[in-house]
Amino acid sequence: MFLNEDFVKRIRRNRMAMAGLGIVAILFCVAISANQLAPYPPSRIDTANILAPPTWKHLLGTDVLGRDVLSRIIYGAGVSLSVGFVAVGISTLIGMILGALSGYYSGLIDRIVMRFVDVMLCFPSFFLILAVIAFVGPSIWNIMIVIGVTSWMGVARLVRAEFLSIRERDFVQAAISQGASDARIIFLHILPNAMAPVLVAATLGIASAVLIESGLSFLGIGVQPPDPSWGNMLTEGKDNIEIAWWLSLFPGMAILITVMGYNMLGEGIRDSLDPRLRR
Amino acid sequence: MRFLVKRIALMIPTLIGITIISFTVMKMAPGDPTSLMTDLNPNMNEEAVKRIRAHYGLDQPWSIQYFKWLRNMAVLDFGRSFAPDNRPVIDKIAERIPITLLINILSMVLIFSVAIPIGVMSAVKQDSMFDRVSSLIVFIGFAIPTFWLALLMMILFGVKLDWLPISGFRSLNYSHLSSVGRILDIGKHLIMPIFVSAFGGLAGMSRYMRSNMLEVIRQDYITTARAKGLDERTVIFKHAFRNALLPVITILGLSVPGLIGGSVIFETIFAIPGMGQLFYQSVMMRDYPTIMGILVIGAALTLVGNLLADLLYSWADPRIRVSD
Repeated sequence: MFLNEDFVKRIRRNRMAMAGLGIVAILFCVAISANQLAPYPPSRIDTANILAPPTWKHLLGTDVLGRDVLSRIIYGAGVSLSVGFVAVGISTLIGMILGALSGYYSGLIDRIVMRFVDVMLCFPSFFLILAVIAFVGPSIWNIMIVIGVTSWMGVARLVRAEFLSIRERDFVQAAISQGASDARIIFLHILPNAMAPVLVAATLGIASAVLIESGLSFLGIGVQPPDPSWGNMLTEGKDNIEIAWWLSLFPGMAILITVMGYNMLGEGIRDSLDPRLRR
Repeated sequence: MRFLVKRIALMIPTLIGITIISFTVMKMAPGDPTSLMTDLNPNMNEEAVKRIRAHYGLDQPWSIQYFKWLRNMAVLDFGRSFAPDNRPVIDKIAERIPITLLINILSMVLIFSVAIPIGVMSAVKQDSMFDRVSSLIVFIGFAIPTFWLALLMMILFGVKLDWLPISGFRSLNYSHLSSVGRILDIGKHLIMPIFVSAFGGLAGMSRYMRSNMLEVIRQDYITTARAKGLDERTVIFKHAFRNALLPVITILGLSVPGLIGGSVIFETIFAIPGMGQLFYQSVMMRDYPTIMGILVIGAALTLVGNLLADLLYSWADPRIRVSD
């Protein structure tokens, strides 16, 4: 298994990974304790303070309905976290299954799966996602599923490559010669040893899922108002671009910091897993 | 030539795969396309619904529907738009493609002309101040949502400084301008969209160029070149740079779907009448034939982009042709 002492020691010394982990941990705390942290309920309308610029009362200003921007950003953290994790969970699962089948059995299955990957990669992913959403309708669950179903190709390729090389190693050959079943070899012998690059890809995948969700919500086909999401808050920012810069600036910063956190963590894990891969 | 034929032959199964997936997407809709016309129409009776379904061939089994759809697709017949104008989908797409391609090609040029020098510089002066700063910018570039970047630029250059127009493709007085004025006008409208669409690619490309260059510099032939006393400029630009540039061609092909997909976002934000905006509008009003048409054409464009990149690569690197 890759989570050995060596890895832990290296990752603790890796400043980038630790900074990323810090950001992600803070986000988790914010998302979980949104009720306690947010100064106002996210949908409370305050008609006396419509489009108010940042003040001590409303640290990040208010929107067209007088709702507190800071509170909505805090509640939005949960949305982006859950979309990121569920979507990546789905894509990683699909990618691992198809990659494992393809790498272990090779032959016809391999050819079909890899062709499928090629075809999926031909679609501009944003087009495919939007098209599916147009047909099934926008909701947070549909978005998670659609992002997951359209972003598993990288993981499938990684897992396949790992399987191809690990299958030839002595301990796997020994298991085969002892008559172990295919399932036992795949799940017990090969898969645990193929997890390292998957972990990196999944961490980076959360970052891109957060970006996609915010883009979809921004276009109005993601998380639907009045539920707060960083993306749909930016839609209001665009609608009021001439008068209320704070509606555009702050939610975008939340997205930027979140995505950077996952990217840093992912890159840090990669460096710690295999220092030779460092670029 | 044999290489070309082989490459094109390999595209056919992929193309068929694209149509199968597109068709599956279309069939995921709850109900069917006719429900949009029939559900809220009080004049519809069961008989009329049946007739409409038969008219669109929806009463036939899936496999038959697929092959009929495929046959239409082969002659670029995507049907008529559900939008009020009811025009053939292919016409609507055809008038939108040039502007999307123009923006994408220009942003590709921008990506290459900026990212390659940055990548080479960072690699040659690894760990220098320049390398650190550019690495930091690249890192932010990977994480920044393009639509947010667009908003910030609109606030700064459009609203606060009032230097650039924030929406549309040409000004209202366009028809009164001289031909030079027209080009300048369009140029002014396109600066922000092109920059925004290029930004993400800039980060990726400069990073990629940097790691290629670092890889090449470690090769034996670079050591040889240095050992025989060539000056550093010749080593870097003549020996290292040209080899590091080769894999970039592949990225050219791979970045096509990202650029085309990204056009939905920036064309919507900047109100540019391209294919991305058409796609967004079609999604919002559930114009199924147009959605399907753009989906298939977008994938086909990617395929063509990959083919061009492959051909370019085999032309630039004789090793590919020989081993094939």
